[in-house]
Amino acid sequence: MNHTETEPIAEITWAGGPSPLAVNKKKLGMWLFLLSDSITFSCLLIGYSYVRIASPDWPRPFEFYPAIVKATLMTLILLTSSLTMVLAVHAAHKNNRARAVKYILFTMLGGILFDIIHISEWVNLILNEHVTPFHNPWGSPLLGGSFFGITGLHMLHVTIGVIYLGVIAWGFGKKKFAAEDVEVSGLYWHFVDLVWMFVFPLIYLINVAPK
Amino acid sequence: MSAREEALEHEVPGTTKLFLWVWVALLIMTGLETFLAYEDMALLIMLTLLMGLSVIKTGFILSYFMHLRFERMGLFLIVVPVVVFVVCTILIVLYPDSIRMIHMQAR
Repeated sequence: MNHTETEPIAEITWAGGPSPLAVNKKKLGMWLFLLSDSITFSCLLIGYSYVRIASPDWPRPFEFYPAIVKATLMTLILLTSSLTMVLAVHAAHKNNRARAVKYILFTMLGGILFDIIHISEWVNLILNEHVTPFHNPWGSPLLGGSFFGITGLHMLHVTIGVIYLGVIAWGFGKKKFAAEDVEVSGLYWHFVDLVWMFVFPLIYLINVAPK
Repeated sequence: MSAREEALEHEVPGTTKLFLWVWVALLIMTGLETFLAYEDMALLIMLTLLMGLSVIKTGFILSYFMHLRFERMGLFLIVVPVVVFVVCTILIVLYPDSIRMIHMQAR
C-alpha cells in the first residue's frame, strides 16, 4: 500500500553483515552514472577518431598560439580544480565546513575560467575562422561537427558541474548536506576532468597545425 | 545513513601532501603530452604515446582523486573492467578498418 511496508522486508532480507561495497547509495549511484557517461564519451571519441583517420582531407587547424596554448591552459585549470575539489572533500570529511566551502568555491572558479576560455575559443572559430558543424574553410566538415559536438557536450558537463557544486557549497555551508554529498559531487567533478584528459590529446594535440 | 555506514565512512584516506604530488605528476604528464605533439613521428606512434599517457593520468585521477584506491575491490571491479571491456569491443570493431584507411591514403 505505502512505501513503509517495504522497509521491514529490507531489514529481514539484509539482517546484519557489512555492506558489500562499503559505499552509501548516493556514492554508488554516482559511480554507476559516471560509468554510463564514460561509455557515452568513449563512443563519441572513438567515432571521431575513426573519421579522423578515415578522412584524407582532415584539416589540422590548431596553431600553437592561440589554440594549443589555450587548450593546455584549460587542462591545467581543470587539473588544479580537481586538486581543490579533493581538498574540499578531505576538509568535509574532517568536518571543517568553512574550509570545504572555500575549496568548493575555488573549484567552481576553475570551472568558470575553463568555460570562459573555451567559449572565447568557440567565438573565435565561429566568427573569425567561419567554422560551423556543417562547413569550414579548410577541409572535411566533420572537423566542425566533431569539435563542437564533443567539446560542447564536455562544456555542458562542466557548466552543470559548476551549478551542482554551487548548490552543494550552499547546502554544506548551511549544514543541510553531509560530507558524503560533497564527496559525491567531487566524483562528478573528477569525471569531468577525466574526460578532458582524453578530449585534449585527441581533439587538439593530434590536430596541431603542421610546421 | 546507519551507524554501521557512518563507521565505514569515518576513515579519511589520503593526505594533502599526497594529493599535491599527484597533481604535480599530472601537470608534468600534461606538459609532456603537449611537447610530444610537436615531435615528428608517425600518427599511430603519436596516438599510442598520447593515449598511454592519458590512461596513466586516468589511473592517477581514479585512484587518488576519486579515492578508488581506498575503496573496496568490489567497487573497482564494477567500474573499471566494464568500461575497459566496452572500449576494447568498440575498438576491435573499428580499429582494423582504420588501419586499412591509413594504408589507403597517400602520405
